[in-house]
Amino acid sequence: MLRDPIQEGLARGWQVIDAASLAQGQDYEADVCIVGTGAGGGVSAEMLTKAGLKVILVEEGPLKSSRDFRMKEADAYPQLYQESAARKTRDKSINILQGRCVGGSTTVNWTSSFRTPETTLAHWRTKQGLAAYTASALRPWFEAMEARLSIAPWQVPPNRNNALLSLGAEKLGIPWAAIRRNVSGCWNIGYCGMGCPTNAKQSMLVTTIPAALDAGATLLVNAQAVRLVRPDAAQGRATAHLEVTPRPGASTAGLRHRIRARHFVLAAGAIGSPALLLRSEAPDPHSVLGRRTFLHPTVISAALMADPVNAHAGAPQTIFSDHYLDTLPIDGPMGFKLEAPPLHPVIFATTMAGYGEQHAALMREFNHTHVQLALLRDGFHADSPGGRVMLRDDGSPVLDYPLTDFVFDGVRRAYLAMAEIQFAAGAKRVLPIHEHAGMYTSWQQARQGIGELSLKPLSTRIVSAHVMGGCAMSSDPRQGVVDGAGRHHQWGDVSVLDGSLFPTSIGANPQLSIYAIVARLASALASELTGKKPPATI
Amino acid sequence: MNRRRFIKTGLIGGAVLAAGGAWVVWRDVRDADASSPPRDRIVETLTAVAPVLLAGALPADAAQRSAALASVTAGVKEVIAAFPPAVRDEVDDLFRLLDIRIVRQLLTGVAAPWRDADPAAVHAFLERWRWSRIALLQSGYFALHDLVLGAWYADESAWGMLGYAGPPKVE
Repeated sequence: MLRDPIQEGLARGWQVIDAASLAQGQDYEADVCIVGTGAGGGVSAEMLTKAGLKVILVEEGPLKSSRDFRMKEADAYPQLYQESAARKTRDKSINILQGRCVGGSTTVNWTSSFRTPETTLAHWRTKQGLAAYTASALRPWFEAMEARLSIAPWQVPPNRNNALLSLGAEKLGIPWAAIRRNVSGCWNIGYCGMGCPTNAKQSMLVTTIPAALDAGATLLVNAQAVRLVRPDAAQGRATAHLEVTPRPGASTAGLRHRIRARHFVLAAGAIGSPALLLRSEAPDPHSVLGRRTFLHPTVISAALMADPVNAHAGAPQTIFSDHYLDTLPIDGPMGFKLEAPPLHPVIFATTMAGYGEQHAALMREFNHTHVQLALLRDGFHADSPGGRVMLRDDGSPVLDYPLTDFVFDGVRRAYLAMAEIQFAAGAKRVLPIHEHAGMYTSWQQARQGIGELSLKPLSTRIVSAHVMGGCAMSSDPRQGVVDGAGRHHQWGDVSVLDGSLFPTSIGANPQLSIYAIVARLASALASELTGKKPPATI
Repeated sequence: MNRRRFIKTGLIGGAVLAAGGAWVVWRDVRDADASSPPRDRIVETLTAVAPVLLAGALPADAAQRSAALASVTAGVKEVIAAFPPAVRDEVDDLFRLLDIRIVRQLLTGVAAPWRDADPAAVHAFLERWRWSRIALLQSGYFALHDLVLGAWYADESAWGMLGYAGPPKVE
C-alpha cells in the first residue's frame, strides 16, 4: 500500500476545515489570509507560516489525495478541474484547463519545469519598469525552488510520443531539448493530469501545503472567496476581512464566514485573483484590473504513425523545441513552443473534430496517434493585448479573449511547423485539429492545405492550460494593478502572489516562474510583516 | 431574471433572436414549459442525438447498445451537474430550446419529437449547426460534441475499441 501524505497529515492533527460542513457562520482571525493553494498560494503559505505568522488558506476546491487519484478522466475532471475541465472563454472558442483543488493546477499539471526566459524578463524590465527582475537576481530563487521540488533533468528515455518530436526536429535540423520535471521517484506512468497516484510529482499538494499545515497553518476547503470588505473605523472594523461562502450546491451554501487578517495574499489564479478584486470593487483608477490576461493559446496537430505510439503511457511532455520562439523577435509575429502532450480517451475524443463513422475511425487509431502542440507566446506585441476577466451577473468570472488575425497568423505557422516535423518523423498522415482541415498524406499537401485553411474562432480548436496576467505588476500604477513586490497599488494590505502578476505570458510552461518569483516576493513580505530578517530560502 | 439571463448571455440567446419569430413563441412557451425538469429534456434530446454522434462507435448488440446509450446520458448529466451554476444554466438553456417543437423546427429543421426523429434529419441538424455562421449555434454543436463524445469515451466499455487497457495498477 502506498503512503498517503495527506491522510497521514490529517491523522497528525492538521487544521483542515470543510466550509461546506460548517453549520453556522464563523469568524476567523489570522495574520495573513491566502486565497488559493496552487503554485503561488502554496509557496506563500510555507514561507509565511515558517516565518512565524498565523496563516489561513482558502481553497475553492476539495482536498483530494493519492488514494483518490484513480487515473480516470471521469473522476479527475469534475473533481480536480475548474468547470470539469471544460472552462471556456466568453465566446466558447478556447477551452481552459485549470486546477480547482488543494494544490491548484500543480496537482494536475504535466510537470514541465522551465525557468523564465531571459527575453521575457528583459521585456518586463524595459516595458514595465521592473528593474529588479534580472536573471541574476532570480537565480537563487530558481535554484531554491528547483531543490525544494526536485526539479531536475528527466533521466528516463522519452515515450514514443515525445521521441517523435525530437526525431522529426533532428531530421529538419531544428534544435530540441529535454524538459526538466518536478518529480521524485516517478513511476513513468503518464497520468500526471489526473492527480499523481504515487505522490512522485512534487506538486504543492505534497510539498509546501503539508509543510505549512505541519507548521500550524489552517486550511479552509470547499470555500469560495466572495469579496474583501475594507476596514472601517466608524463601523468598528480595524482590519479588512474576506467574506467566504461554501461551494455552490452545498446545503450550507447560504452561510457567510469572515476571515479577518492584517494582510491578504491573492493566489487564486489568473482568472480567480482579478475576479476577487473585481467583486471587491477594488480601486482601479487606470482601468488595468483584469486586463491583459494571457493564455499561451495552444493549437494541436495529430499524426498517424505506422508503429504504435501509445501516447497515454509514460511521462508526458519530456521533449520540447523553442526553435520557433528563438528565431523570432519576442515583440514580432507570435512565436511558439512545441511540446508533445499525453493522450487519454476523453481528451482525445473531445479534441478530435467531427462525429459518427469518421470520428470513430480516428478513435480506432488512438494507439497509433502522435500529437504535438504549439503554445503561442502572447502579450509582447501591441496587437496581442490578451483578454479581459469579467464578472457574470452571479459574480462568477469569465474571460473574454478575442482571437485576432495576429493570433491566427501564429496559428497557421504553428500548424505548418508541426506538420513538417511530423512528416519528417515518418507520419503517414497529419491532421491539424481544425474543423475544416483535411487528412494530409504528404508535407507538400499539408503545406498547401494549411496555407488555404480558413482560420476562425470555434472551427479552429484552441486550448489553454496556462492562464497568466490580469493583475499585472508594474512600477507605474498606470500600467499595473500591483508593484514589483506584488503589492496592490491602492490597497496596502493586499498582495497578489500568483501567475496573475505576469505582465505578459511567460513563453514557457509557467509553474517554475510562479514558484521562484513568488518565493522571492513572499520572503520579502514575511520580513516586512514580522520585522525580522527575510527567510533566505524555502 | 431567467429570461434576462437568457437574452444576455445564454448559450443560445442570440440564436433565438436571430431566428426572429421564434422568440415570440419562446416567450409564450417558457412559463408553461417550466414544470418539465431539465433532466428529462436531456434524455429526450440525447435519445436522438447521441446515436448519430456515436455512429460507428457503439456496440452492435442491441442490449449493449442500449446500455451504452444509458451510460452516455448518465455521464452527460453528471458532467452538467458538476458545472458551476452559470455554466449549468447555459447548458440547460440549450436543452430547453431543443425541447420546444417550433423553436427546434426553426433552428434545427427537426420537427418531430426527438424520439421519432429520423437519424438523417438529426445528422442534417448537426451539420447545420457545425458549419453555422451564427457563433451561438456553432458553440451549441461543440457543446453536444464534447458532452456526448466525452461521456462515451469516459466509459470503460468504450476503451476496447481504442485498444486501451485502462490505467495500470498502482498499489
